[in-house]
Amino acid sequence: MTSKANPMALEAVGAKGGTSKRAGKIAVEAVGILLFLLFMMPFWMVVLNAAKDAKEIIYSAVSWPSHWSQMWVNIVKIFNNPTTDYFGAFIDSVIITSVSLVIILLFSSMCAWVLVRNKTKWSTFAFMAFVAAMVIPFQVVMFPLVRWLRIVGGGIGIPLLGTYQGIVFAYLGFGCSMSVFILHGFIKGVPMELEEAATIDGCGQAATFFRIVLPLLQPVAVTVLILNGIWIWNDYLLPLLVLGSNGAVQTIPLAVTAFVGSYLKQWDLILTSAMLAMLPIIVLFLFAQKYIIKGMVEGSIK
Amino acid sequence: MFAFLMVIICPFFLGIYYSMTDWNGVRQTISFIGFENFRSMFHQPQFLYSFMITVEYTAINVVLVNLVSFFLSLLVTGQARLRNLYRAGFFVPNLIGGIVLGYVWQFLFNNVFTLAGATIPLLSKSLIARTDTVIWAMSFVNTWQYAGYIMMIYVASIQSVPTSVMEAASVDGASYFTRMRKVLIPMMANAFTISLFLTLTNSFKQFDMNFTLTNGGPSARFMGGAVKASQLLAMDIYNTANGSNKMAEAQAKSVVFFLVLVVFSLVQVYFNKRKEVEM
Repeated sequence: MTSKANPMALEAVGAKGGTSKRAGKIAVEAVGILLFLLFMMPFWMVVLNAAKDAKEIIYSAVSWPSHWSQMWVNIVKIFNNPTTDYFGAFIDSVIITSVSLVIILLFSSMCAWVLVRNKTKWSTFAFMAFVAAMVIPFQVVMFPLVRWLRIVGGGIGIPLLGTYQGIVFAYLGFGCSMSVFILHGFIKGVPMELEEAATIDGCGQAATFFRIVLPLLQPVAVTVLILNGIWIWNDYLLPLLVLGSNGAVQTIPLAVTAFVGSYLKQWDLILTSAMLAMLPIIVLFLFAQKYIIKGMVEGSIK
Repeated sequence: MFAFLMVIICPFFLGIYYSMTDWNGVRQTISFIGFENFRSMFHQPQFLYSFMITVEYTAINVVLVNLVSFFLSLLVTGQARLRNLYRAGFFVPNLIGGIVLGYVWQFLFNNVFTLAGATIPLLSKSLIARTDTVIWAMSFVNTWQYAGYIMMIYVASIQSVPTSVMEAASVDGASYFTRMRKVLIPMMANAFTISLFLTLTNSFKQFDMNFTLTNGGPSARFMGGAVKASQLLAMDIYNTANGSNKMAEAQAKSVVFFLVLVVFSLVQVYFNKRKEVEM
């Protein structure tokens, strides 16, 4: 992360004289640490209580757990419980997220490329439709969508509800408007000469796209992948409607709610399951912090 | 392109059509009934109440999230030694889905904060079980979740303000707060437009966290009927369709929801754009 010293820094308040400057610095540091701890507190509580059994949580929710090994017992309980297949949900989440991401990236970049390079009335109209669609809240389309998918799925003989292809298809539809918008802005800045050179060298349209355009998109592709990835991983309503709350294919958020529904107020297990749900994404964040922050901020500004 | 058409455009127009029918999700035949759904929803206490609290919730959030994140962004662009750690820490909540966070905070409000009830009377009863505090509790969680994200937008904006401008103001004798008010904030106007837009639309569409944190929450009395005190609009739409199978009515509500959202955000962007300055 780049962080240049900034003249607008908070400690500039006490910028005169040695001692007051140092006092200011300490105050800033203290405020920082305090806020940091405040922000981290919920996570800390989750970890603490994931290592207790139900009785101990009721006895005291903030105390230090008496046996950390209880956490392992809770984890095993969750994986072995009959109502929700946690491990299966994790695998399904990974499959759905990664397949959707690849497809979204591939199709949106093709679409954006075509929209940028062929300037007609239609391409402008299509682009405007993508932009307008970003404003439509999910609530407006969700129920007709389910009905529509059932009708269409029945019509073409491929079931779209409760299946991988159905949800990936839905994610492609919802994810592509923003992705096309971001990629469109980027492709406009790619020099046309590169593609012309490729055509002269004998590249067809497909080869030009895969060999020249796609590799150039790398920086913005990271943004698209991260924005969509975090959204798909955490999404709840769409999987709930398309997959159903106890269908064969499940995602992590669905599994967590199903789990909570069947173990009402069993906080030891609920919190352990919450911890397990958070873990992958936090680990990912620790490794790819720089890209994630950059990706999310750039995505919003465009 | 095809998927986009199938998933958004078709359902969108179908949705507008369904909003004027008596679709209930079970019967196969659907008949057109005009604007009946639109008329009836404005007589429902729950819908009006949801509408009211959603506006309240959004207003609280827009102010709170942006104040907190602006302050945080000043903190992490300063010379605090652990600024990178703070940045990462403030950002993390935003990566976790609203569903999981809702459960975690439900636990915190019900089982942890109430422990402090002996010393702070306000906390003795869970904040999400009281009609008067539940919206604030939800805003608090929302702020915790989004502040880090909005903070990063402000950080990017602060770092793009040229150092020379700030130094010039400083040499001219502008104090810290004058510099902030007269130079930094006007130059960040673009970031404010984006952040206000994001917080506005996000809070207005809030569902996940609402669903798992309070699930509608305590009941309240409004217009002579019992209503759920923390059922925001998005959840009201969901429950109308799922709980009582009134698909068409839910659809009509969502159309109103969409129109209000569009109007709110257009007004906000319009007023913010006027305040932006060219660099």
